[in-house]
Amino acid sequence: MQVTVHIPTILRPLTENQKRLTITGFSVLEVIEHMEERYPGIKEKLITGGKAHHFINIYVNDDDIRFTDGLSTSLSDGDSLTILPAVAGGAEPALLHT
Amino acid sequence: MEVKKIMLTIHTKLVEAMITQAHKDHPIETCGIIAGPQGCNLPLRLIPMRNAARSAVFFKFDPNQQLQVWRDMEARDEEPIVIYHSHTDTQAYPSRTDVKFAAELRAHYVIIPTNPIYGDEIRSFRICDGMVTEERVRMLDSYKSEWELAMVA
Ligand SMILES: [Zn+2]
Repeated sequence: MQVTVHIPTILRPLTENQKRLTITGFSVLEVIEHMEERYPGIKEKLITGGKAHHFINIYVNDDDIRFTDGLSTSLSDGDSLTILPAVAGGAEPALLHT
Repeated sequence: MEVKKIMLTIHTKLVEAMITQAHKDHPIETCGIIAGPQGCNLPLRLIPMRNAARSAVFFKFDPNQQLQVWRDMEARDEEPIVIYHSHTDTQAYPSRTDVKFAAELRAHYVIIPTNPIYGDEIRSFRICDGMVTEERVRMLDSYKSEWELAMVA
């Protein structure tokens, strides 16, 4: 499966400043593994403890993978995978449960 | 990345809109962005965001709305110039959580206090590699001269 990956500004230093990458993989995790081979260091920005990092949103087409199958979400040819930094914050660090 | 001008220049109407939204959402934390043309450092288009956390002490942009808004910005050659939220019962200064999540190195992070004991003025910050720098807020009733400068630059 070939998918287009949209890279946010904050991660572009790792992808030689490219905004879009064409990557193969049958699942989100496989795409991330393949990106890691080409752009070492990107995986640890996206995954922690086997799950997508809570500082990051990952979407397959229009869907946040938190509400589908997470990193196992399967991909079809031509899908788009969008990575965005989660925008969040608050007043009390102790109350962060995500 | 270095930040050249440590100052937020913003239209008075946009400031009023943020404050009105923050008080309307109180005691829930309000949040949103103001987009502007890439590279111009001028906030123009205010987009209130849904706080998916629905909390008085935490906010998170609704992920689906965020995707749509970010796609719109890309299509219009815009970027987030201001990222704002309110503090409902603390001072208008970035919390540790705010700093941890701050990912837009060029954005102005604006905080609106909605409890009057912490004042009624918005404050603006740059957040870079965990470092918080407060900046001056310059309010304008017209962007005309700013536009002319941006066109020349
Ligand atoms: Zn905050």
